[in-house]
Amino acid sequence: MPGYSDPGFDTLALHAGAAPDPATGARAVPIHLSTSFVFASSDHAAALFNLERAGHVYSRISNPTNAVLEQRVSALEGGIGAISTASGQAALHLTIATLMGAGSHIVASTALYGGSQNLLHYTLRRFGIETTFIQPGDIDGWRAAVRPNTKLFFGETVGNPGLDVLDIDTVSGIAHEAGVPLLVDSTLTTPWLLKPLDHGADLVYHSATKFLSGHGTVIAGIVVDGGSFDWAASHAAHGKFSELAEPYDGFHNMVFTDESTVGAFLLRARREGLRDFGACLSPHSAWLVLQGIETLGLRMARHMDNTAKVVAFLASHPFVARVGHPLLESHPSHALAQKLLPRGAGSVFSFDLKGSRNQGKAFVDALQVFSHLANVGDCRSLVIHPASTTHFRMSDDALAAGGITQGTIRLSIGLEDPDDLLDDLKRALRAAEKAGA
Amino acid sequence: MMELLVNGSKTFCYTGGKAFDASQPTAIFLHGVLNDHSVWILQTRALAHHGWNVLAADLPGHGKSAGDPPTSVEAAANFVRELMDAAGIDKAALIGHSFGALIALEAAARMPRRVSYLVLVGVAFPMKVSPVLLEASQYDPEKAIAMVNTFSHSTLAPPPSALGPGTWLYGGSRALMRRVLASNPRVNVFYTGFKACDSYAGGDAAMAQVEAPTLFVLGQYDQMTPSKAAQSLIRGARHGQVTTVPGGHAMMLEAPDAVLAAMRSFLAP
Repeated sequence: MPGYSDPGFDTLALHAGAAPDPATGARAVPIHLSTSFVFASSDHAAALFNLERAGHVYSRISNPTNAVLEQRVSALEGGIGAISTASGQAALHLTIATLMGAGSHIVASTALYGGSQNLLHYTLRRFGIETTFIQPGDIDGWRAAVRPNTKLFFGETVGNPGLDVLDIDTVSGIAHEAGVPLLVDSTLTTPWLLKPLDHGADLVYHSATKFLSGHGTVIAGIVVDGGSFDWAASHAAHGKFSELAEPYDGFHNMVFTDESTVGAFLLRARREGLRDFGACLSPHSAWLVLQGIETLGLRMARHMDNTAKVVAFLASHPFVARVGHPLLESHPSHALAQKLLPRGAGSVFSFDLKGSRNQGKAFVDALQVFSHLANVGDCRSLVIHPASTTHFRMSDDALAAGGITQGTIRLSIGLEDPDDLLDDLKRALRAAEKAGA
Repeated sequence: MMELLVNGSKTFCYTGGKAFDASQPTAIFLHGVLNDHSVWILQTRALAHHGWNVLAADLPGHGKSAGDPPTSVEAAANFVRELMDAAGIDKAALIGHSFGALIALEAAARMPRRVSYLVLVGVAFPMKVSPVLLEASQYDPEKAIAMVNTFSHSTLAPPPSALGPGTWLYGGSRALMRRVLASNPRVNVFYTGFKACDSYAGGDAAMAQVEAPTLFVLGQYDQMTPSKAAQSLIRGARHGQVTTVPGGHAMMLEAPDAVLAAMRSFLAP
């Protein structure tokens, strides 16, 4: 496909990584459900294993369908390459396990998805990796949390559950002063709303389960390398990244930073991380994510339009105590969102009913268009009542500390006709009010 | 990798993952403007594992090499001689891309006895740089990087490449150019490199001096150095061969197997 110049977002979403299949002429991306790929000769086999030539050997390490997904998300994020994984959690684990081992330290935002909190706070601690959590807006806190063994800064573009917007430009600057990269979870915003790499982040990952695939059909993850972080320089100055800048006897004694000036992380993550931890993505799942990405721009625009209407409706409803969306001037991240996220700050947000736990349950039970389940980023609108589900074991005090009340409802706004969403919410709000009477 | 002291300056040379073995023939790889050794990852590893010593240098003042960046093709050709002296190499194959191809050509002309083969990848003579691009490289490097990136790539669906499957070459080339530009806080190696290409006048004369067999590797979709711009050199080569590969100017990355196959069939250790 010669002759492209400066392709735009929607063109990349459709074409990056994929050309008509040279063998069959298939225009859509074929699903290569094959564990292994035939070597042309013994010499070819040896060359692939020895990294003299690039190609596919075994689908735990790479696969042609997955490679299209990896190129496509890299293109949309402005990265140099990517690795698709079994889930967003697998992408986070692969990233951390590639960069550090026992005795290392992470500085992370407090405003994280619960699964990420668990991994950092409990599970990785068991493997000797400690994390200090900092409120995303506490800029001095990020700087003060750095230790000699800190290897990574980590936050979400818009943090769970309050949609605190991460000041990526500032936090990445602090990370770089400390000689460490910034990893950003961009699941809720997607590159259509924000490209963290353009603001100083070095690595970006997604739970592709959410908006990238967009249809609630698949569990998938992907991590993109921006190619911006100088691992060799940081290692020379601070001794932080022997994993990338010293010979690795687990892989041809390769010094990954000599091998690739900008891609050392990707080299080790695939050649060690996928090989040894094995959290690879099924090619069929990769294809489902690709199918979703083809309409990402169209869908995100509709998600944002619908969200703006729902936020405005809820903000003016007398039975609603608070709406936590940066679209509103009352939100602490409003100004930062205007700057970083001019197209919108996502379609997943929470609001508080003026009511009890039972009224929250009544609200959810009365909804007909919104689906009550534990996911976000579907094309269908979703709802969950944390106090009676994900956080039901927590005391009122503990809930309050997490910014959750008895009446807190989390919504993920889908692509339905907005009037139907508003009617559904009106009906459920009435039901909740009655339940308190 | 090896670090050599060339002209008093530390010079980084990637050796393709193998130690230098004086009993083998040597291939020296020379990168183009605002690139470094890593554009040759696949080809260098392959040769290094099949009977060749490989020295893929970062040019002086680029990437991991110290020293003053060459301001002319002639000065860079002298660096190649000094590099060979520092490594104790009497004779080598010279393999260059773009600016690096002009350097290899001029070096082969200056020391015909010491060059066994000459491989010119993505070459043109004259290698004029448009005034708009030249000016942008000096005053608005980020804009010039975007222009070069667009002109150097020909496909949105490249095959598995330098970093394996899942590599996005537009992003990789952009990140590398930014990194190399940032690697020299004193001199804008983007502008000096382009200026050296633009002002080089000795290509035809150099070609006439070259005694080594010469392989031209041209990109079918190359917009930076289109194949017609190499014809004068091709006509002037005494022992020339031409191979066209299905890629743009960044053909080592876009068509790595074809570039390697062309080299391997041409180079006999």
